[in-house]
Amino acid sequence: MAKSPSGFIQVFKDPTLSFKEKGRLFSVKVNRFLFGMNDKKGFLMKLVIYTLLLCIGFVYLYPMMHMFVTSMMSLADLLDSSVRWIPSVFYTDNYQQAFSVMNIRKSLLGSFIIAFIPTIFQVIVASLVGYGFARFDFPFKKILFGLMIFSFIIPPQILMMPTYRLFSEIGLTGSINAFWIPAALGQGINSTIFILIFYQFFKQTPTSLYEAAEVDGAGQLTAFFRIAIPMAVPAFIVSFLFSFVWYWNETYLTTLYLTSKSTDITTILLQLQQFEQNYEAMYPVTENSPNKINEGIKMAGTFISILPLLIVYFFLQRYFVESVDRTGITGE
Amino acid sequence: MKIKRKTVYGYLFIMPWLIGFLLFVLWPMGQSFYYSLNSMRITPVGLQFRYVGFNNYLDVWLKDMFFLQELLNFSVSALLRVPVIVVFALIIAMLLNQNVKFKGTFRTIFFLPVIVASGPVINQLVDQGATSIPMVNQDIIVGLLSQIFPMFLTSAIADLFGQIIVILWFSGVQILIFLAVLQKIDPTLYEAAKIDGGSSWECFWKITLPTIKPIILINTVYTLVALANSGQNPIIDLIYANMFNATRGYGFASAMAWMYSVIIGILLLLIFLAFRERKTKHTI
Repeated sequence: MAKSPSGFIQVFKDPTLSFKEKGRLFSVKVNRFLFGMNDKKGFLMKLVIYTLLLCIGFVYLYPMMHMFVTSMMSLADLLDSSVRWIPSVFYTDNYQQAFSVMNIRKSLLGSFIIAFIPTIFQVIVASLVGYGFARFDFPFKKILFGLMIFSFIIPPQILMMPTYRLFSEIGLTGSINAFWIPAALGQGINSTIFILIFYQFFKQTPTSLYEAAEVDGAGQLTAFFRIAIPMAVPAFIVSFLFSFVWYWNETYLTTLYLTSKSTDITTILLQLQQFEQNYEAMYPVTENSPNKINEGIKMAGTFISILPLLIVYFFLQRYFVESVDRTGITGE
Repeated sequence: MKIKRKTVYGYLFIMPWLIGFLLFVLWPMGQSFYYSLNSMRITPVGLQFRYVGFNNYLDVWLKDMFFLQELLNFSVSALLRVPVIVVFALIIAMLLNQNVKFKGTFRTIFFLPVIVASGPVINQLVDQGATSIPMVNQDIIVGLLSQIFPMFLTSAIADLFGQIIVILWFSGVQILIFLAVLQKIDPTLYEAAKIDGGSSWECFWKITLPTIKPIILINTVYTLVALANSGQNPIIDLIYANMFNATRGYGFASAMAWMYSVIIGILLLLIFLAFRERKTKHTI
């Protein structure tokens, strides 16, 4: 067949082709459209991908949407069962109340400090330790590696009391020290998983690269900074994100270490925990002002607690794509 | 000479972790082990110890009616859930890694579970029943399955169906780890394979899977530990309840937690071995 099919309509209008050939060309076109060709994905494949992504995305998104919509509803809308998804008026009082109840400026700052500083330490130390385990062979390495994993599987609840006693003896409790010092010593929240991620990323870097660098006279630190780190950008991003989120969401440790002694540091999540009490203290129920806490205000508070994380993520996820090009260049 | 230098560098790099481990982990671990050998009372005066040897450990197995049962339940459900979560996360990560439209938006949506599952929101969701599918009729599934499998497996699988949405919520971290490692695979590898006539299916088995296999292992470990230590796990509840129980006390709870960690450790070891075995097969 010398003539290439260039379009459905042209194929049908072409008088030189017999009916049989028209049918054949048509089926080829349909096949390409549905199943794709070479690199181009077919329609069916795309349909499957988007359907899956949309369905599962919807499962995640639905409660968030529900939360957001509820937080924008006034009391009248909440009580009116005919209002389900679209509030009748643009209503932001819930947020104003939640902001003041949560003491937003102070708790936002506190949350950022508690999440950011230990995260930086945790990521740096985890990358160093992961590099040490991946790159060098030394005696007792396997035992230490095993111990690290075992320390991860012991239920943290049972170590809590001895750890707390230790921390209060050496004076770590009651300040940010209780968070960044363990993180800087590789014992922050879920440190093991970060070390494992870095270990794996560094392990995948070809050893010939390091050897070449050593031949060129590069020291160990230079090799680490110049070769290992650029190859593991996605690991850094992922670790930073997880660590940030986990420290941000941590309430058990913050309650234990910060509220037991009188400190000024408070976090959004701690405020959220005491939301109802604080609300009642701030807006007492009196006869002429029916200030009862409602679902909308609570949802506004919860939404405030996750919004900063989403913003942080939205800015960082771009680097997921960029890192591909960079590793492509250094990889060869 | 060279070996010695490597040892020094290795220890230098892991030094922070080693210090932290000795100070913040080994010491509390030793203390908790010491607690587990004692019958402990928390009194207003302070902690009171009475040495009982390994009796606490015996009691965990012999006298606690719930521990063994919950442990079995957990093992079966973990055996089913861990692969489901890991495979699901891998599929989603591969979909997100493709050239789909609204990539940023999709990726942000799939980051939601990371935020939600570790925060207070997940408990609200579970309470509201937003995590189960009302459409799926459990009884039909149970009836069907019980004809094929023994009963304890049937209930575990039915449980899996009932909690499929919870499972979705707990796979956020794994999705992101997979996504990160998929970024690292050199795209030229795929191009070369395509030129040689490899299909996408072959590319997946020959390029993607071998590269990400160690990460699958890490994700499996993470999933198992996350399931084992989550606040929704009945064994953790049991340990908690015993901690502040008047007759049992902290020592007994410590013993139980130690037994529990050892069991999880054995499970992990099995997973490691399974992965190692396949590795040797591949190289041959």
